Amino acid sequence: MARQIGDVIVDLQNISLRFGGVKALTDISFNVREHEIRSIIGPNGAGKSSMLNVINGVYHPQEGQIFFKGALRKKMEPHEAAEQGIARTFQNIALFKGMTVLDNIMTGRNLKMKCNFLQHALYWGAAQKEEIAHRIKVEEVIEFLEIQDIRKTPVGRLPYGLQKRVELARALAAEPHILLLDEPMAGMNVEEKQDMCRFILDVNDHYGTTIVLIEHDMGVVMDISDRVVVLDYGKKIGDGEPDEVKNNPEVIKAYLGTAH
Amino acid sequence: MLYREAGQFKASYAEDSQIFPIRQDKIGFWVLMLVFGLAVPLLANQYWLKAILIPVLIFSLAAIGLNILTGYAGQLSLGSAAFMAVGAFAAYNFILRIEGMPFLVALVLAGVTAALVGILFGLPSLRIKGFYLAVATLAAQFFIVWALVKFPWFSNNSSSGVVTAQDVTILGYTFATPEAKYILTFLIVAFMALLAKNMVRSSTGRAWMAVRDMDVAAQVIGFRLMRTKLLAFAVSSFYCGVAGALYAYTYIGTVEPEGFNLDLSFKILFMIIIGGVGSIMGSFLGAAFIVLLPIFLDNFIPMIFGDALGAGFVSNFQLIVFGGLIIFFLIVEPHGLARLWQIAKEKLRLWPFPH
Repeated sequence: MARQIGDVIVDLQNISLRFGGVKALTDISFNVREHEIRSIIGPNGAGKSSMLNVINGVYHPQEGQIFFKGALRKKMEPHEAAEQGIARTFQNIALFKGMTVLDNIMTGRNLKMKCNFLQHALYWGAAQKEEIAHRIKVEEVIEFLEIQDIRKTPVGRLPYGLQKRVELARALAAEPHILLLDEPMAGMNVEEKQDMCRFILDVNDHYGTTIVLIEHDMGVVMDISDRVVVLDYGKKIGDGEPDEVKNNPEVIKAYLGTAH
Repeated sequence: MLYREAGQFKASYAEDSQIFPIRQDKIGFWVLMLVFGLAVPLLANQYWLKAILIPVLIFSLAAIGLNILTGYAGQLSLGSAAFMAVGAFAAYNFILRIEGMPFLVALVLAGVTAALVGILFGLPSLRIKGFYLAVATLAAQFFIVWALVKFPWFSNNSSSGVVTAQDVTILGYTFATPEAKYILTFLIVAFMALLAKNMVRSSTGRAWMAVRDMDVAAQVIGFRLMRTKLLAFAVSSFYCGVAGALYAYTYIGTVEPEGFNLDLSFKILFMIIIGGVGSIMGSFLGAAFIVLLPIFLDNFIPMIFGDALGAGFVSNFQLIVFGGLIIFFLIVEPHGLARLWQIAKEKLRLWPFPH
């Protein structure tokens, strides 16, 4: 693979996040390098999803600093994170149920669309040209993820595995620098998982997208990750390359378990 | 057998994203436009034009307005009649107080005024959702009607609060006959319906639907909640405002604030529920249904039962049928007549072979 891991792109330092008295994250530091696949693992309730929510601005940590591309990031709203090229998928599918697959993926390109609502109302001219230009980009994503046959189907009618794929498509349509994937393979059968792995690796390889992945399937995580960070009860208990983490006694105790 | 799209190939994305991608639909649409734009004003009698067709068009426009807000952007509102009142009284005052104000400009300004008021009363939507927002829009409903009664300036110090709409004159031509008023209303409503359809099929509409379906995800992919919701309130109120102005100028001629009460707001809400939430065509179907049903029942019940039941019973019976239908649609087909039409078309495409 020609893929080269670059410099640190997201650097989280001493992040603490509390909801009232509940400590979701305590003093967590780790970084993500450009073009790498970085996994976050840990038992349920360890704070993995909260971590992603901190990265894309849904939650604001009480303590700690986030450096994005070397610059200290101020308190940021989710749409600002999106503008900076951070896209994500959700653990419980967060598609727009009333819309077709195509419209869902088109929403992913909203930040690149410049026409205002009056131009949309008139439609002919600039708005139509823009719509078609973005449709071409969206069709590339549709082809990449092999969902051509369902593009006009309302997402509510699709099976779970395909919905997950459409959600990935919507995130990819934004052409993100960083892609945050929250359990993209949960609830899938083996073949669907293999497909999803292939797509993730392809995205990383073709587009050089940096990927932050939360996943419970250890086979997948250890296979495709460059580095893994392990959380337990909101604390970091391990960080490193898959082999290192696999043999870390604390990680084995908290999460991986031993063969009996 | 006639409704087939076989042989109609789309070679470009522009062809694929037309409003009516299927040829039969397109032909049907233009036939409908010709019938209602040419044949109806030539053939229909005055009663039909004045009492049925013009109100159906005007309520369709108001229903499109509410549908944009509730059906597309997912913000429940019970204040549509109040925004119609704003439009009606704004148009009246613009024409009254500005010398030589052209009617169409006054119509747009009336819509803009309603849009500004709509934005103001849309501000609570940034904090509250669902039923609580509906209650907040109730405040708009009562406050606006109250303000229009309370300050006689709005009705040019008319003692009863009733204002009489001025003549509708465009480029020296006065729209006095029902036929002329119908054609004017038809053109305005058709044009605005097209604009609405264009908005909902492009990025603006996708933003509204995204906020409706899953607001956190909408934010995460870059939509701004505040801007999207307030734009929905503004556009929706604009449509209701223009509908209100048309209501005063091409339909009943004299209006009072109390005429735009909560009952009317509910009526418009029923139109979109029965017609189809989140559908422009559904707005027309719902408005036609709600306007025609009482007229139908008025004629139908005496026909069967004679005069034995009395007029009081007939009007109560209307309410019972209304209530029953609302419940029926909420349970059986929450997407309304528009969805029934959609299902019928899907079936027709396969008929007579079910697979």
